[in-house]
Amino acid sequence: MTDQRAPLRAPQAASQDSGSGRLAGPGQLQSGAATATAAVSGEPLAELARRYGLRPSAMRPSVPAYLRQLWQRRHFILAFATARNMALYTEARLGQLWQVLTPLLNAGVYWLIFGELLRISRGIPNYFAFVVIGVFVFNFTQRTFISTSTVMTQNLDLIRALQFPRAALPVGYVVIELQQMLVSVAVLVPILLATGEPLTWHWLLLVPVLTLQTIFNIGCGLAVARLGAQVNDVSQLLPFLTRTWLYASGVIFSISTLNVSGWVKSLLQINPAALYITLTRNALMITERQSAPGSKPYNQALCHTWHTIGQSNGASRKALYDSAYCHSAINPAHLWYYAIGWAALALVVGFFFFWRAETGYGRG
Amino acid sequence: MAVADPMVVVDDLHVVYKVYGRGHDRGTAAASLLRILGRRRRASIREVHALRGLSFVVNRGDAVGVIGRNGSGKSTLLRAIAGLLPAEQGNVYTTGEAALLGVNAALLEDLTGERNVILGCLAMGMSKQETRAKYQSIVDFSGVGDFIDLSMKTYSSGMGSRLRFAIAAAKSHEVLLIDEALATGDAEFRVKSHARIQELRSEAGTVFLVAHNLEEIELTCNRVIWLERGQIVEQGEDVISVVDHYIAASGGQPVSRDPVTRRRIKAEVGQPTAATS
Repeated sequence: MTDQRAPLRAPQAASQDSGSGRLAGPGQLQSGAATATAAVSGEPLAELARRYGLRPSAMRPSVPAYLRQLWQRRHFILAFATARNMALYTEARLGQLWQVLTPLLNAGVYWLIFGELLRISRGIPNYFAFVVIGVFVFNFTQRTFISTSTVMTQNLDLIRALQFPRAALPVGYVVIELQQMLVSVAVLVPILLATGEPLTWHWLLLVPVLTLQTIFNIGCGLAVARLGAQVNDVSQLLPFLTRTWLYASGVIFSISTLNVSGWVKSLLQINPAALYITLTRNALMITERQSAPGSKPYNQALCHTWHTIGQSNGASRKALYDSAYCHSAINPAHLWYYAIGWAALALVVGFFFFWRAETGYGRG
Repeated sequence: MAVADPMVVVDDLHVVYKVYGRGHDRGTAAASLLRILGRRRRASIREVHALRGLSFVVNRGDAVGVIGRNGSGKSTLLRAIAGLLPAEQGNVYTTGEAALLGVNAALLEDLTGERNVILGCLAMGMSKQETRAKYQSIVDFSGVGDFIDLSMKTYSSGMGSRLRFAIAAAKSHEVLLIDEALATGDAEFRVKSHARIQELRSEAGTVFLVAHNLEEIELTCNRVIWLERGQIVEQGEDVISVVDHYIAASGGQPVSRDPVTRRRIKAEVGQPTAATS
C-alpha cells in the first residue's frame, strides 16, 4: 500500500474486499463515452498510463537498448543457427553428410564441365580452383539474400509467441550460411592443394576477408528481411537479381578478360561480390597473386600476348601469367578499402532500415 | 492482492483489418496485370472494423478472462495488446513485455522438443545457465515425456500446446496473453496450467485468457470482459454473473450453481457435489 495510489484507489479497495459487484476502479468501462477517462478521478487514460510508466505496446526500443538486447541474445542466435542447420538434413538418409557432400558435388560438377569437358582456361592459370572459390564465395552472399528474404514469414510463430529483438532471426540465418561456408572452405583446402596451390601465410588473410563478407551479409540480410516481410514479391524477384549479379561479379570468368571499357571493369570490380571473391582468390591462390593484372610493371606487348594467345584454348602456361603485365581495373592495394567500406555501409544501413520497422514484424 | 497499479491500459482502441481479394478481382494473373496497368489500388479492399473503441484498465496481478462468440474480437484484442496489430485509433499501453500464446502448436516445428525448449528460453533472454536449470522442470511440466527427442511436427496438437505453454510460462512475464492455447490440453494439464497461472499472477504478472470453456474462465480469472462485435457488452470482477449473462444471451442452458459458493454443480452420477454446505 503506497501513498501515491491513495487518491485513485480508495473506492476500488472497497469493491475488491466485497468480492462481488461491479468493478468500480479505473478498470471501469466507459461504455459509449466519447473520451475514455478513469472513472473515479476523471483522468484521461493516456495520462494514467504515462503516470504509471506504461508505454504504447507497439513502441520500438532505442538503438543502444536494441543493440544491448541483441548482444544478450547472442547464445540464442548461435543455438538457433546450429539447430536450424542440423534440421536441414534430418529427413535425408545420408543426414549430416550432406553438409560436406553439397559443396563437394558442386565442385565436382565444375571440374567435370570446365576441367574435363570444355578444357578451357580463359586466361587463368588454375581455372578449376578459380571457379570453385568464385562459386563458394558467391554462394555465401547469394544464399544469405535468398534465405533472409523469407526469414520473418517462416518464423512467424516464434515472433508472435515470444519477445526478443527480431534482428536476431536474420542474423541467425546469416550464421547458418556462415557455418555452411566454413564447411565449403574445408572442402576447398584439398582441392587447392591438389591443383598445385601451396599452403602459404597468405591463407591467413581468409579470416579478415570472410569476416568482412559476413558483416556485409548481415547488413544486407537485415535489409532484405524487412523488404521480404513487407513485400512478398521480393522472394520471387531475388533469384533473377542474384543471377544477374553472378554474371557481373566474375565468378566463372575474370573481369579483366571482358571486352568492355575500363570504367565498366572498374565498376564491376568494386561490386561487393567481386571484391570478396577476388580477395579470397588472392589469399588462397599463389597463381592468382602472380597473374593479377597490375602486379608487374605494365608491358604492352606481353599484355597483348595474354589478351590474344593467353585467352585462347591451348595457351601456353607462360602466356596465362602474362596478365600480370596488364593494367588493373582497380589498384589491388585499394581492394581492401572497398571491402571494408562495403561491409560498414551495409551493416549501418541494413541495421537502421531493419530497426525502423521493428514493431511491424509479426503483424497481419 | 490489494495493491492495484495499472499494467495494461487500453484507451479507446479501434482495430481495422484490411482484407484483400473480395468480389470481382478473382486473383488471376490477367486481373493483377490489369490492376497494375490501370494504376489502381486493389479495388477489392474491404475494411473489417474488428474492435470499436474499447477502454479498460487492468491492474498488476489480475487474471482477465475474455469471452464472446467467434469473431467478436477476442483474439484481435490480445494481439493488439501484444503489439502485433496496429491501432487504427486509440492506443494500448503496457509495461512492454507481453507474450502471446496462440493456438498454433509449435515454435519451430521442424526442430525437436528439446531444441524448442532451449531456443525458447534463450530467445526470452535467459542465460545458458538459467536455461539448463529450468530445462527439466519445463519438460516435466509439459508432460510430453519421451517425445521430447522428436521433432515437434510429430506432436499431437495437445502436446504441442502443452510444451509451448510450459516454455512461455517458465519465465515470469509481466503480461501473458493466452489465446485458447490451453484448450487442447487434457484434464491433468489443465490443473497444472491453472496453478501456474495463479503463480504468475502472484509474481505480479497480468494474465489474459481467451477460452470457450467458460468454467476455465470462472476458475482462473478474477475479472472478465464480454465482447460482442468488437465492443464490450459487460465486464467486471463478478466473473460468475457476467458468465451467466453471457450464457443466457447466447441461448444456452443456465448453469446450476450452489447458492452459497456459486460453484457449478455437476450432475453426474457418483460425483459428490463437494461444494454443498
